[in-house]
This record gives sequence, C-alpha cells and structure tokens, in this order.
Amino acid sequence: MNSADQTHPSENGGFWSDTGKSGITSWIFSTDHKRIGLLYFYSTLGFFLAGVLLGLVLRIELMAPGRTIMGPDTYNAVFTVHGVVMIFLFILPGLPGAFGNLVMPIQIGARDVAFPRLNLLSWWLYISGAAIILISLFTGGGPPDTGWTFYVPFSARTGTNVTLAVFGVFIIGFSAILTGLNFVTTIHRLRAEGMTWGRLPLFVWSLYATAWVQILATPILAVTLVLIMAERLLGTGLFDPAQGGDPVMYQHMFWIYSHPAVYIMILPAMGVISDIIPVFSRKPIFGYKMIVFSSLAIAAAGSLVWGHHMFTSGMSDTAILVFSFLTFIVAIPSAIKVFNWVSTLYKGSISLEAPMLFALTFILLFSIGGLTGLVLGAAATNIHVHDTYFVVGHFHYVMFGGSGFAFFAAMHYWLPKFYGRRYAEKPAVWAWALMFTGFNIMYFSMKVLGLQGMPRRYYDYLPEFATLNLASTIGSWILASGLVIMLANLFHGLLRGEPFVGNPWGGATLEWSTPTPPPTENFMEEPVVTHGPYDYASLKFELPCLSSKQQDQANQETA
Amino acid sequence: MVKVLVMNKPSHIISYGKLTTVWLVLLTLTGLTVLITRVELGGYKVLGALAIACLKSGLVIAFFMHMKYEGRLLRWLLFLTLATLAIFIGFTFFDVLYR
Repeated sequence: MNSADQTHPSENGGFWSDTGKSGITSWIFSTDHKRIGLLYFYSTLGFFLAGVLLGLVLRIELMAPGRTIMGPDTYNAVFTVHGVVMIFLFILPGLPGAFGNLVMPIQIGARDVAFPRLNLLSWWLYISGAAIILISLFTGGGPPDTGWTFYVPFSARTGTNVTLAVFGVFIIGFSAILTGLNFVTTIHRLRAEGMTWGRLPLFVWSLYATAWVQILATPILAVTLVLIMAERLLGTGLFDPAQGGDPVMYQHMFWIYSHPAVYIMILPAMGVISDIIPVFSRKPIFGYKMIVFSSLAIAAAGSLVWGHHMFTSGMSDTAILVFSFLTFIVAIPSAIKVFNWVSTLYKGSISLEAPMLFALTFILLFSIGGLTGLVLGAAATNIHVHDTYFVVGHFHYVMFGGSGFAFFAAMHYWLPKFYGRRYAEKPAVWAWALMFTGFNIMYFSMKVLGLQGMPRRYYDYLPEFATLNLASTIGSWILASGLVIMLANLFHGLLRGEPFVGNPWGGATLEWSTPTPPPTENFMEEPVVTHGPYDYASLKFELPCLSSKQQDQANQETA
Repeated sequence: MVKVLVMNKPSHIISYGKLTTVWLVLLTLTGLTVLITRVELGGYKVLGALAIACLKSGLVIAFFMHMKYEGRLLRWLLFLTLATLAIFIGFTFFDVLYR
C-alpha cells in the first residue's frame, strides 16, 4: 500500500465535490457508496436521537413511584416506539448501513459495492419503512402499545395502529436483505488484487458474517409480520388456540429472526473494535484467524438459540434444555474475541484517544452484558429474572454499551477520514467520561432492580424500588449530557476543526492509503495489496501523540 | 485488477422427455403428500410431509431452475440457505414434539 496522499482537504474535496453535482438530489439519488453511507449515518443518527429522547421521557416517568408525567397507556406506547425506533431504525441498519457502506468497499480495494443501484434502493426502502412507522404513530388507533416484539394475542387484538407499524418494519426488512446480498457479493467478487481472504480487515469479515444472517434470517421476520397482519385483517387464527392455532408458534417465528438480529447488531460492532484496538495499541491483532472463525461461529450458533427468550412461555422441557445448552455454546466464540482483544492490548504501546476509549469501553460493557446474558441463558436462573429489569439492564449493556459505543468509536475513528477535518480531543474524552459514568449508573441500577424483583414494562412500581430508580434516572441525565457534548464536539470538528490529512491514527488497512476525503471511485489507481491489514511494519509513524524525535525513533525501529 | 461481474455461460436446454419425467415425479410426490395424511404417524406426519416437500423443491430447483448445471459456489450457497431453513423448522420441533 502506498503512503497516504497529503493533499489538504480544501484543495481536494474528494467525493464531496469531484462529481460536480450538488444539492439534495446529488445525495438522495447518488449511487456512490460513501454518499449512501452518510445518508444512512444521518438517518440512523436522527432516529437514535429520537429514541434517546423517548428513553429519557421513560426514565422521567420512572423517577418516582406513581404517575409522574404520563399514565399507563401513554407509557406503553412510549416504550414500544422507543424499542421499535432503536432496534429497527437505529441499531440494525446503523453500523452495516452507515459504516459498512462508507468503509467496506475501500477496505477491500473496490471502487464501489457490487450493486450500487440496489444499494440506493436499500436506503430508500429503509426511509420508506421508517416513514410508514412514523405515520403509524399519528393515524388509526395511535402508536402501537405492544412492545417491539409485537407478541400475539395482544398484537392481534389491540386497537392501536399495529398493522401499519408492522408493515413499516416489513419494508425495512427488505432493505436489510438487499444490503446483505450486496455486501456478500461485493466481498466475494470485488476484492482488489492481493486482497486474499486472509488479508481482509476484521470489520469486513464481521460484515460478511452479518450479511449472511441478514439474508437468511430476515425473510422469516417478513413472514411473521405478514402473519400478524393476516391475523388482524383476516382473522386467520394461526396463533389463536380457540381456532386451533398456537401463540407460542408466533414467539418461535419472531425469535428465529430476532435473536440472530442481535448478532446483526453486535457483529459489525465487534468488527469495528477489532480494527481500532490494534491501531491504538500499535500491535498486530492477536489471533486474526480465531477472530474470523469466531465471527462466523457467532453468526451460525447465534441463529440456533432463539428459544432462550421463551423459557417461561410454556415451551417443552426438551426445547428448554437444547436452547439453554446452545446459548452457552455462543459464549465461547464471544469470549474468544474478548480474550484476543485483551491479548492484543498486552504489551502494546497503547494510545488512549477517543476512538480507543470508546473501544475499550465496549470490551468492558459487552463483557458485563454478555456474562449477565448467561444468567438469562441458564433455564433455572432465567425463571427468576425473566421479564424483570435485569433483562432491560442486560440488553442495554449489550446493545447500547456494545453496539452503541462501537458506533461512537467508529464515528470518531472514521468520520474525520471522510470529512478531512477532526474533532477536538479533550472534549471528546470528557464526553466519553460522562457517558461511561452515566451509562453504568443508569443500567447497573436496572440490573439490581431486576434481581430485587421489579418487573419490566410497568409505569409504576413499589416504594422499595424508588432509590435505585431515581439513581437510574440521574444516570440517564449524565449519559445524555455526555452525548450532547460528544455530538457537538464531533460535528463542530468535522465542519470547522483541524485538518485531518494522511494517516494520523497509523492504520494499515486500505482506507488509510487513499486521499482524504476519498475521491468518488476511492483510489487514484487500483491498489495492489501486499501485506495484511494489521501489519504495521511497513508504515511510517505519524501519530500526533508522538514528538518528531519519537516518531523518527519508532520508524527506525520498525524499518 | 478488479474482477468484473459478467457471467457468460452457455444456456442449457433440457429435453422435453426429461422435463416431463420430472413433472410426473412431482405429481406422484404430491399424491404421496395427500396419502400420508391418512396414515397415523402422529407428529412425524408433518416431518414426512416436509420431507416430500423438500424433495419436490429440490427437483424444481435442480431441473426447472437449472441449478444442476450451475457452478459449485452457487450450489453451496443455495444448500446453505435451504439447510438453514430446515434447521430453523427442525429446531421448533424440539418444542412442538415434546410438549
């Protein structure tokens, strides 16, 4: 790989200006993967912020026992919309849609994805589905109040606008399937010369594993959602015992998709972390092949564990035994990743900049979330904590502490590359510290509340749960203030910050060998890959944290 | 060089005789699906019907959709997809059969 182009962004606008087109249509009808990636980024970020606001409202309601700012019906609708927005409009499309699109084709040395128009269609489907979900909030019987899981028989009977919301999710599912198809084809067919499977960056491997889950599992969600619509509109009785149906069958079908969907959310996040940790440790990744294997193993084994959501639903004991066992199997590849990241850090020259802080936080929070997942995976303990705040704490540790913090890490690591400007480091670190503190106060309190027996999905609770609920709400404010500082600093920096040129992080993957921002077709000449993605021996050190003398010394040592 | 997505493969023409034979086999299997509902097999009745359905779709994919004449990669990808679906359906029977 060649050393990075040193052109200043003001002279080289890259994909921002080299097509000569401008205006909104140059974005919403663009087939350039980077523009589509940014479309996904801003759409998903917008929905994330909407979800955050709803979450804050929920926490204010739970600040004290009794009615605080809303009644039970409104509370049901707010937590449902919070879940639907966060799951279907933010986490699922967030990392693959935004950063997968932005970075993956460059990382494999391609000019674009295999099907650029299909890529644009995917974004349009996503936005159309999102618009339908938004319309469902204000039409018909009002926002759905079923929870994001749309469980029957309630979802078949409630008078709220479930049909339209489910149809919106159905459309978004097709967006995910098409993105998956596009990514699998791109990774198989468009790798640059020398970019062997053993030289693929781990973010690409994680997207590859994710794409397969998107292709194979999402159609089952589509079928399930169609069946809810059929149940509501035609009264088919498929899930109604009075008509010979089986409500537990709905839960099987829903979780056959929705548990693998958890891995659609977490696998790309793990890929981000696998790319960031070695760069900021100045060390090749430990156990590249095992991390690849574990991504594929998580995708495969993670698709077979859906039954652990249903231990208390009246499922057979045999099924409980099998699904509990398989859940423990998934812990093995997850642990392999964690051990490999920690081993990469061992004796590394660690640079604690914002992307690395978010990445390290991912490891801690994901480990806490993952280990509490085993409490839920074991049938005996699951019975005690099922549908309590322990579950809410657990999945927020994995989804927000995991995927969310990886999303923030990716924002700080990659966005400067595409804007040619960077954020200020100190406010970023302050924001991280606030978010880390607020997050743990907010969600650890929930775990303890769950163990004490507080059920989830109620707007009220017994007085003995008041103190920890208040702590959790205060945590949510600390977390939100950190989030505001982080976003303000990041976007101020991207628009007006210091120039970000060359390869300041010292990455060895292909995106750091293109001009900043990259041109529309990514490379000035077709790259030929001659070494692995974490082989730093061939790089010149340009780390801002090192003095010029230290940089020269480091370069001599690695020469 | 970036690989280009062009597949110029000669088309395969399957004889009327072979297509008719496959069609007749499909009809026979459809009849078998109806017959199996009249035999008392408990939960295994569903498995039997699904097995016949798999065989029928396999024939359609192989001959009518020409998968028999495609490369190994495409065949493996399709196999992976169908195997996943089979596993998804199969695993739900850990619940349904033992309730």
